[in-house]
Amino acid sequence: MTATGIAEKKVKNRRPANSTLSALPWIGPSLLLILLVVVWPAIELIRISLTKITSAGVLEGFFGLGNYRLLFENPDLKTIAVRTLIWVFAVVSITVALSLPLAQLINQNFPGRKFVRWAMIVPWAASVVMTSIIWKWILELTSGEFNLTLQQLGLQDGQPVDWLRDPRYSFFVLVWVAVFVSIPFTTFVILAGLQSIPNDIVEASQVDGAGPWQIYRRIKFPLLRNALLIATIINLINVFNSFPIIWALTRGGPGYDTDTMITFAYKMAFVEYNMGPSTALGVINFAFIMLIVLIYLRVTKATRDQA
Amino acid sequence: MKTLEKKNEMSAKVKKDKVKFVWTPKKAATAFSAYMIGLFFIYPYINMLLTSLKPNEELYAFPMKRLPQSWQFDNYLEVWSVAPIGNFLRASVIVSICATLLVLVVSVPAAYYVARNRFKGRSAFLLLVLATQMFSPTALIIGIFREVKFFGLLDTWAALIIVNAGFNLAFAVWLLSGFFASVPVEIEEAAMVDGCTRFQSLRRVVLPVTLPGLVTAVIFTFVSTWNEFTVALTVISSPTRQPISTGITTFIGQYDVAWEYLFTTTAIAIVPVVILFISIEKYLVGGLTAGSVK
Repeated sequence: MTATGIAEKKVKNRRPANSTLSALPWIGPSLLLILLVVVWPAIELIRISLTKITSAGVLEGFFGLGNYRLLFENPDLKTIAVRTLIWVFAVVSITVALSLPLAQLINQNFPGRKFVRWAMIVPWAASVVMTSIIWKWILELTSGEFNLTLQQLGLQDGQPVDWLRDPRYSFFVLVWVAVFVSIPFTTFVILAGLQSIPNDIVEASQVDGAGPWQIYRRIKFPLLRNALLIATIINLINVFNSFPIIWALTRGGPGYDTDTMITFAYKMAFVEYNMGPSTALGVINFAFIMLIVLIYLRVTKATRDQA
Repeated sequence: MKTLEKKNEMSAKVKKDKVKFVWTPKKAATAFSAYMIGLFFIYPYINMLLTSLKPNEELYAFPMKRLPQSWQFDNYLEVWSVAPIGNFLRASVIVSICATLLVLVVSVPAAYYVARNRFKGRSAFLLLVLATQMFSPTALIIGIFREVKFFGLLDTWAALIIVNAGFNLAFAVWLLSGFFASVPVEIEEAAMVDGCTRFQSLRRVVLPVTLPGLVTAVIFTFVSTWNEFTVALTVISSPTRQPISTGITTFIGQYDVAWEYLFTTTAIAIVPVVILFISIEKYLVGGLTAGSVK
């Protein structure tokens, strides 16, 4: 059952509906903080995107869709947009595909399970920037442990690979680090889904002679639908927003070769001081996230109503 | 929800005591692969700790060695004078504590009221909160930068505190309203019959029994503020006011990547928050998915 589900039930057989005004002293501070930190920047972003703005940030009056025109004239935009889609799709699908068996594994009963779960929380708790920097060190050309391991295993002879600077590999390295930091959260959401499956359903099907694979595919997996959906949506947003990994490892470079729409907008605004088009891209990014958020709200509403 | 969980846990415990774990080849294989995977997820951090204990000349030695040949525990003493990490840590501690306090002060009344009352706009408020949880400051960073500038708060900790509190508010409101709703109203009514006001009954009756929820909200906000990168990178410009998350990146250019010191710093920054985060494992998923999974 969901948190709101309980809250609503409790509330229903209690007091009659209060006025919004009497709620204000209690929820007012939260509202104010949200307005200040989320709503204001969003409105400001949209407003600036319709305004002519100098590189120093001085506003020079209404500009219509001028900033958007400037943005779409940028020859790099199309490649970056396509790369962003690939980035989000690759990271999220690999993450979910790996998290499914991992959740199943740490749901098994074995000695030391607690410690394995704790170990899997570490990348979730640690700063993403710091984790990225550590991976950078591991993948270093000559002093990194990864190339050393490949050589010792006989998988790499002759020239070691420069994973971070070789344009053939650098994007994959980013994907790899993003998957690494996304798996823990995803696995724990799926684990929570697995744990919410009532034991008697599983036991009943065992009695009926179902094997473990059948039980997983026919009973557990369909019941995991909700957890999977939510994990996927939250991951979509997180991975799209993912800034620290790219910034720490490649800064989107060389050139714009590993930029996503998020790092590109940042780079235009704060490195190249090309404010106008960057606000237009900011609005597009915002709209994209808003769309996924609306989907999320719909999905969770359905589950809230079920409860 | 909570009582059900407890019941499940209890029956699981009873089962565990009754059925002793018996090793079979299949179970051994399961356990072994789980241990390997556990190791894999902490591997980078082990690498970090080992590197932080190497002397500089060993970092680029050829052929390289995985373990330090001479263990340089002094790195952890020297780093404080090599880089201003005292400053970085102070900034992170102050910003994270203040953001956490702000979240508590703002979210507790809201969560309590939402859990106990029906009012016009209640679900709209909850939806707004849920939507903010999905937004990260990254996509809004240009708007945030301009707003902070408008209020004259560029390069201040106040800006970091307010922005971080705003984006972590949702987790606290959702988690706490679930906890508050699970406290029977009768207990509170009894307290009010005894002459407690609404606020007193919240403080003296509800908050003590929902302590796990409060601790979870506190730790979650603290850790995510501690790790926040993008806003700090954009808003803070003076090196002396950097928190640790952006401070360590100044390491890279300025000190010609002294990896051993870089990693002593990240170890100091990572280990405490990992321990904190592990301590709230049980409630993390519920808070982050607004209870829709668990």
